Amino acid sequence: MKQLLKLSAASLLVVGALSVQASTLGDVQAKGYVSCGVSKGLAGFSSADSSGTWTGVDVDVCRAVAAATLGDAQKVKFVPLTAKERFTALQSGEIDMLSRNTTWTITRDASLGLNFAGVNYYDGQGFMVKSSLGVSSAMELSGAAVCIQAGTTTELNLADWGKANGIEYNSVVSDTNAQTLTNYDAGRCDVLTTDASGLYSMRAAASDPSEHVVLPEIISKEPLGPVVRQGDDQWFNIVRWSLNAMITAEELGVTSATVDEVTNNPERERLMGRSGSTHEYVGLTPDWTYQIVKQVGNYSESFERNIGINTPIGIARGVNALWTDGGILYSPPFR
Amino acid sequence: MPVFDQQETRKPPISQIGAVLWLKTNLFSSWINSILTFASLYLLYIMIPPLLNWMIFDASFSFGTINFFGFEIKFSEEMATNDNCGRVGACWPYIYEKLYMYTYGFYPRTETWRPNTVFALTGLLFVIVPLVKNYKYKNRVTLSLIILYPLISYVLIAGGFGLLTPVATDQWGGLLLTLIIASVGIIVSFPIGVLLALGRQSNLKVIKLFSTLFIEFIRAVPLITILFMASFVLPLFLESGNYFDKLLRALIGIALFQAAYFAEVVRGGLQAIPRGQYEAADAIGLSYFQKNVLIILPQALKISIPNIVGSSISLFKDTTLVLIIGLFDMLAMVNLTSNDPYWLGRETEGFVFVTMVMWAILYTMSRYSRKLELRFNTENKN
Repeated sequence: MKQLLKLSAASLLVVGALSVQASTLGDVQAKGYVSCGVSKGLAGFSSADSSGTWTGVDVDVCRAVAAATLGDAQKVKFVPLTAKERFTALQSGEIDMLSRNTTWTITRDASLGLNFAGVNYYDGQGFMVKSSLGVSSAMELSGAAVCIQAGTTTELNLADWGKANGIEYNSVVSDTNAQTLTNYDAGRCDVLTTDASGLYSMRAAASDPSEHVVLPEIISKEPLGPVVRQGDDQWFNIVRWSLNAMITAEELGVTSATVDEVTNNPERERLMGRSGSTHEYVGLTPDWTYQIVKQVGNYSESFERNIGINTPIGIARGVNALWTDGGILYSPPFR
Repeated sequence: MPVFDQQETRKPPISQIGAVLWLKTNLFSSWINSILTFASLYLLYIMIPPLLNWMIFDASFSFGTINFFGFEIKFSEEMATNDNCGRVGACWPYIYEKLYMYTYGFYPRTETWRPNTVFALTGLLFVIVPLVKNYKYKNRVTLSLIILYPLISYVLIAGGFGLLTPVATDQWGGLLLTLIIASVGIIVSFPIGVLLALGRQSNLKVIKLFSTLFIEFIRAVPLITILFMASFVLPLFLESGNYFDKLLRALIGIALFQAAYFAEVVRGGLQAIPRGQYEAADAIGLSYFQKNVLIILPQALKISIPNIVGSSISLFKDTTLVLIIGLFDMLAMVNLTSNDPYWLGRETEGFVFVTMVMWAILYTMSRYSRKLELRFNTENKN
């Protein structure tokens, strides 16, 4: 197995170096759909509803790219991928882009022949406790039993954090996410730790969601974003600026409902492609950003629809709010 | 003249008849067995009542509408949600709601009649084959069914050929996909397996070597490795853009894997045929082909039936491994559907449901093989 992995890693690099892609945009327009790698089911990020329609914030990035390049947000072929196969699928050309809660790290960005096109969700490791404990900060957790999944970076992050802050804890280790939740639900530990986005959906899956609180401390950086292959800068730009268009649309207050209104705001008119020539630089039609906002919505709409405070997952914007609202979400200008 | 004074028959002691005897011989024959009996009873006592409470007494059944292969059963106007189900017992309306996903996956809802027809045809197959068993041309009927059934099923499910809307393989899922993988795996691998078994017995050195190497290589690696190879490594060696269908890759992997196992099962049957049968066939001048088709294989396959079915059943269970390469068979649907933000935390219901469906199918298969065995058992009929 190890040999096999080495072999596949080696061939990954070779193929990555050899494959000089033809224009991905040309391919996509010829095929008539964007082939987008998503997860096999992660609540709020990419999952299928009862009618088999894919929804989620990761899914919306795929749809935005389809709206920009093909004028139709429905023209996406979703390719569900496991964590292990996601990079191979992108390398081999099976998918055009990957939008699968993938953390942007230097190793992935610089050594796998991939490019991260931005960040659509700032995640990080957090803690959940029973509200009956009366704990309001992770700093009060000294001596607590912590439920954690084995063999993940979560375990290492927690060890680092505990050492740095002088907090002693006992870990209760289990193999899968579901088991971790069962352990926590059964009271075998006081605290559950994993990525914050996961904490919220675990809270929603617990027997009584209102009994649990997610603590404010985030102890690691997990910026999640869409990924493309290296070597096709045009496609890289399209994916990056499709995401930026959603963020900028929120900043300018353009929603799918108000997108048709023509205003005097030159920045807004430029974003909507009604003036300026930014579309030529990415090789798309002038209405590409208009179609994104019209069919998918701005970042806020996507967030609130899939993981926002009014959904069962119930994540507050927090660090994912716009830079103007106290968050760190920031798009370079459309100019 | 001796007179028999007939005495009234005495009843056997109470411990030698009826329920008491049964209990004594089966449950309390020694002190070890008595302890084991009480331990088992205690285990059942602590397991069964909570299970029944969860599955039936505390469970919610009557919300929304269930759509079972096109037939609708309406329980109530009110749609089920994760909240009105509660968290104490099972939430079966979750299964009603997701039944389509569990059965067909992403198959377009307007085309449901196509997989339904295939399900019906499959059922019909099990009715027709026993019906024609005394018919003069039963071999021809069976043979044409073996060829026609997969063809018709393929055309119906995949579409195309200018007749039906094509449905790409990434939209196949759930039970439909499980059945497709299992049946294609079994149907394709069986002939290959028989050929490999014959090849391994062959006098031609190259063929023998190739068959042996193939069988021993495949049998020495787990199915997961083969699926990984087919799914991750193969695309890297193909020229970019020339990747072929993910399902097809998995099917080829599974068929090759199963062929190696069938080959060993059939080889066992071949070795059980007495040498005299081979020699007799040679003596009356039959060719290699005639000898195997007319004399050897019918006998060898007959005695291999239990193992062939056993192997098929384990393949059916192994199909669930495709979830690790991102195909949505029935088991993978549990994870997908319970990650719907509006149905979080319902994995258990999904797993229980899939277990029941799997059990029903596999139990039917094993009963059917028992019938086949009896039917082909010509040994002591004369």
